[in-house]
Amino acid sequence: MFQRILAPVDLAHLGALERALNITAAEARQHGAAVTYVSVTGPAPGSLAHNPDEFRAKLESFAKEQAESHGIDASALAVVSNDPTTDIDDALLEAVEQTGADLVIMASHKPGVAEFFWPSNGGKVAAHSKASVFVVRDA
Amino acid sequence: MANLEGSQSGETRDSEFETDFQLGQDNIRPFGLDIHNPVFVISGLVVIAFVLLALANQEASAEFFGWLRPFLTSQFDWFLVISVNIMLVFCLVLIFLPVGAVRIGGKDAKPDYSYPGWIAMMFAAGIGIGLLFFGVLEPTYYNFAENGGARPLGIDITQPGNEYIGIVGTIHHWGLGGWCVYAVVGLTLAVFCYNKGLPMTLRSAFYPILGERIWGWWGHLIDTLAVFATLFGLTTSLGLGAQQVAFGLNAVFGIETTNTVVVLLIVGITAIALGSVLLGMDKGVKRLSEINMLMAVALFFFVFFVTGAVDAITRYVGVMVDYVVLLPALSNPFGREDTSFFHGWTTFYWAWWIAWSPFVGMFIARISRGRTVREFVLCALIAPTCVCALWMSTFGGAAIDMINQGGAPGVVATVIDSYKPEGALFGFLQELPLYSIISPIALVLIVIFFVTSSDSGSLVIDTITAGGKMDAPVVQRVFWCTLEGLVAIALLLGGGLSALQGAAVSTGIPFTLVVLAMCWCVYSALKTEPR
Repeated sequence: MFQRILAPVDLAHLGALERALNITAAEARQHGAAVTYVSVTGPAPGSLAHNPDEFRAKLESFAKEQAESHGIDASALAVVSNDPTTDIDDALLEAVEQTGADLVIMASHKPGVAEFFWPSNGGKVAAHSKASVFVVRDA
Repeated sequence: MANLEGSQSGETRDSEFETDFQLGQDNIRPFGLDIHNPVFVISGLVVIAFVLLALANQEASAEFFGWLRPFLTSQFDWFLVISVNIMLVFCLVLIFLPVGAVRIGGKDAKPDYSYPGWIAMMFAAGIGIGLLFFGVLEPTYYNFAENGGARPLGIDITQPGNEYIGIVGTIHHWGLGGWCVYAVVGLTLAVFCYNKGLPMTLRSAFYPILGERIWGWWGHLIDTLAVFATLFGLTTSLGLGAQQVAFGLNAVFGIETTNTVVVLLIVGITAIALGSVLLGMDKGVKRLSEINMLMAVALFFFVFFVTGAVDAITRYVGVMVDYVVLLPALSNPFGREDTSFFHGWTTFYWAWWIAWSPFVGMFIARISRGRTVREFVLCALIAPTCVCALWMSTFGGAAIDMINQGGAPGVVATVIDSYKPEGALFGFLQELPLYSIISPIALVLIVIFFVTSSDSGSLVIDTITAGGKMDAPVVQRVFWCTLEGLVAIALLLGGGLSALQGAAVSTGIPFTLVVLAMCWCVYSALKTEPR
């Protein structure tokens, strides 16, 4: 039913992503779909890496880990943006186009007051993407 | 940040700059924010306390800062001038040294921005409304005001060849001496961030001197001082600038200048700046900077052609030659007799450029990845100097010609007979054709110039107060941008804008030491880079 799943991840908050990651793996196995783990970074040193190359390498080893532990076909896509805070939604939408993904599975927190002003990343992607979007809330 | 898992596959780093610091390790996260403790809290509280104190003790604070500003710019004149001279020589030497070939971001880094976008943002953030505010005011002031008492080096303008000496003085203040400060700070931060992998914040530059101590109180102090200087510098400009726009609205549309009008202007400017930071670097700040530059270029060419292009070019060549010839004399701090020019303007400008340098330097650093050191210095020092000089000599020269022919009453009234600096530009535009079309354009341009300083300033303060994180929650940008507007309104209504300006200039003095130290730090960092 699905060929390629796009799974946006934030390597700094892997704990919060566990539910979404497990669901992603389960869906991938069920449909025999390949997974692309995508993450957005800025050009400057961040808490994860000194530069985009290092970031890409970390994301790739993360994807490999997921592939091995869940027995799925996985790849990594690191997107570099000059201003990740504001560009993340557009970067994710572009990644959907670029990878030709037909399903997006992403974690999101429960909506709070702030979501009246700024939609969550998941909300924005769901509203604008042609692919199906599965927004995974906290348990 | 040595203990990154899986980082072995990335670039190997200099062991000399290896640190265990984790970006954001000192950050606290109340209400979903991501802020540095204690830099965010201290700078926020100090700003609010300063505003309340200034409002509560208006007379005392006006008196204190009224005394402090001239005290600092006259007592520390030698210190400011020698320091700026050192920074300038350092920049010029960098162009020719082998380390000039080092690329910011590593050998294979590609520039994030094209030349036009890069230079537009550098300009739009760095000079604020300087060109519009001072383009007519400064050259005519030096030439004619104070009965000739403000002339640079006391040069007699009646001697042939000295007619435009006021322009030379202006170029001195908007040229190499100013931009070299930005270049040093910008280059230092860019190298430590993109080449050495340290966080994008002021303290990182001091790793060669302070080592791991930059993560402690030394670092907090440097960063807090930077926030302070940036916020106060921006707020002063916002307040004073809103007054200039209000003057323009009065001159062009006859709208009376009331507090309500000025407050609405600040609210409007802040709202546009908010929109820009919410859209982000590429969709907001960059686009606005480009629009800003296009309009400025259009206004420039209009003035250039209607006041005589051939004259403008001849004059430009003449004043540039004079500038180069007189630069050593203008840069000499000792035995100066032109104190009105030297203490009233030059040293004040140096303190002011230095006070703005954390903000503009950090912003320039952020957008300069992928450029070589040589390219960086040429584009951040030589190019802006030539462009500022062209603008000043075109606007100022045309105004001087008009005054020499007994014209331009609007300029004479606001610059020479009395001092209403915000009126000089409009007094000049009045003498040109199409005033009713050009002056509203000039007004819009002033507003956009403010916005492009205000939005980039908010991004810089946000990054510093998030401990060098560039991807802190968007609500923090909103906080700083709004605070700038609120502080400007409070001080405008309550009085105290000049106190704030005094405070901003005062931060320039301790910061001079910081920038001087940066010269050494960046050189020692560049030496270890592959070319």
